[in-house]
Amino acid sequence: MNAAVEIPQIPGASGTPMVLAEGVHKSFGRLEVLRGIDLQVERREVMCIIGPSGSGKSTLLRCVNHLEKINAGRLWVDGELVGYRQSAGKLYELREREICAKRAEIGMVFQQFNLFPHMTVRENVIEAPIRVKGMPKAQAAELAVQLLGRVGLKDKASAYPRQLSGGQQQRVAIARALAMQPKLMLFDEPTSALDPELVGEVLGVMRDLATSGMTMIVVTHEMGFAREVGDTLIFMDEGIVVEAGPPRDVISNPQHQRTRAFLSKVL
Amino acid sequence: MTTPQTTRTAGSAAPPEEIKAVPVRHPGRWLAAAIVLVLAVMFVHTLLTNPRFEWGVIGSYFFSTRVLDGLAITILLTVVAMVIGIVLGVILAVMRLSANPLLSSTSWVYIWFFRGTPILVQLLFWFNLAFLYPRISLGVPFGPAFLHANANSLITPLAAAILGLGLNEGAYMAEIVRAGILSVDHGQVDAAQALGMGRTLTMRRIILPQAMRVIIPPTGNETISMLKTSALASVITVTELLYSVQLIYAVNFKTIPLLIVASIWYLIVTSVLTAGQYYIERHYARGAARELPPTPWQRIRRILLTVHAPLPASSAPHRDES
Repeated sequence: MNAAVEIPQIPGASGTPMVLAEGVHKSFGRLEVLRGIDLQVERREVMCIIGPSGSGKSTLLRCVNHLEKINAGRLWVDGELVGYRQSAGKLYELREREICAKRAEIGMVFQQFNLFPHMTVRENVIEAPIRVKGMPKAQAAELAVQLLGRVGLKDKASAYPRQLSGGQQQRVAIARALAMQPKLMLFDEPTSALDPELVGEVLGVMRDLATSGMTMIVVTHEMGFAREVGDTLIFMDEGIVVEAGPPRDVISNPQHQRTRAFLSKVL
Repeated sequence: MTTPQTTRTAGSAAPPEEIKAVPVRHPGRWLAAAIVLVLAVMFVHTLLTNPRFEWGVIGSYFFSTRVLDGLAITILLTVVAMVIGIVLGVILAVMRLSANPLLSSTSWVYIWFFRGTPILVQLLFWFNLAFLYPRISLGVPFGPAFLHANANSLITPLAAAILGLGLNEGAYMAEIVRAGILSVDHGQVDAAQALGMGRTLTMRRIILPQAMRVIIPPTGNETISMLKTSALASVITVTELLYSVQLIYAVNFKTIPLLIVASIWYLIVTSVLTAGQYYIERHYARGAARELPPTPWQRIRRILLTVHAPLPASSAPHRDES
């Protein structure tokens, strides 16, 4: 694949990008939410996406793991088309099984955590590795202990999600996503539903994850996190990428009027 | 305002004065209770003194083989019809929520038909199926058949009752299951799919277990309702509990005592079902509340323990802090 993409390249990046979008469009009925998105996420890159509500940030994220079908354009993850197979110039829809296999390689963390409330923390973490990947129970349990330790919740394994604080729930959600050993992590406003004093613990886990070399796309309103952890910052508005670049540049020296207007409200 | 000072010294100062007030009197409540009590005493009195209740007859038939056989058929009908109803209900509910318009409208028509006609009519219909299809065969649609059977011998009264009650129940259960599925937050589907779980796995492991909390209470209701509706099978000569006692009193004319025998058995089974429902609900409440409510047994034990352990009254509220 040698598509020409008009967005700034990460210096030193090589090989297939982890995520590549070209002219991605998405409509819900008559409402056009994404109106031609081009972007590229390299391996080990942390991309933060900011923008006003309704700008299409979450929708873009959901397109990456095919929770939403795009209407036009092309979207690749790890060099493979999302949701389709191309052969002899024709597109074929993937079967559910194939889509699931690809989703299993992409972790996603939601604004509302979406933990399974009828399962304990441990069961939440081991469910997909056992049922989707066919991992033996003992191995999954070991993995759960390790991951819950990593997010600082080793002693909460037997608790139910509703017995935890929002910050703890979100850390469990991160551990649950990591249990599938994903090559890419998507964060959809992971701290927006949290009380202010709980935001730090979740961002801390995400920072560690970025340091460990995980490729991440983070929709967020946490400008501090975007500045310190992000490699690229993208500002979206009305379904298009208005501005993209290194976070410090975009934040301190925005080129577009709309970016300036937005930043003046959130900073 | 002295409030801030009070809060600051609360820990060290003497405990605040307890409230000792004259309670409000409720004469209306007392009057109502007295009326209810008189009525209750009258009721018990007539139960014991009216010889026409014939408690001796009730006692002698209560455990008679024919009554117990009838009870067994009633329970069998209830269980089998409910199993058919629940399985059918889940299938119909999933069909109803399907993206395929043929599947969802088929489910809609099924529910429309079976909810829209009286269950008694449906029972009579199944009982008389042989008039419509004297022979029933199994084979390739519009092609050759492999198995043939005479409808009259295949559709016995019991089979007709099971079919009628089960298929009818399926329509009601479908709506209950559908309500349960719709009650689960869509974020759960997102989370399951994002983890790579397929539709079937998501339904089985994530959606249905959570939907159960909404499904169980009305299903318990349906089961109890089914226990009593199964008495309608008496009109198609199934010797369930009601028809069994009818057969007995048709001979000895002890109508009222035998109807009381049946009623007591219905009440006993209903009570058992109610208790069962409580424990199933408790099971599916896992994770829904921070702490599970105590079972009645635990509650009784707690009350007994509290009564037996005398507490120093004044210090009781402070015990947790020490």
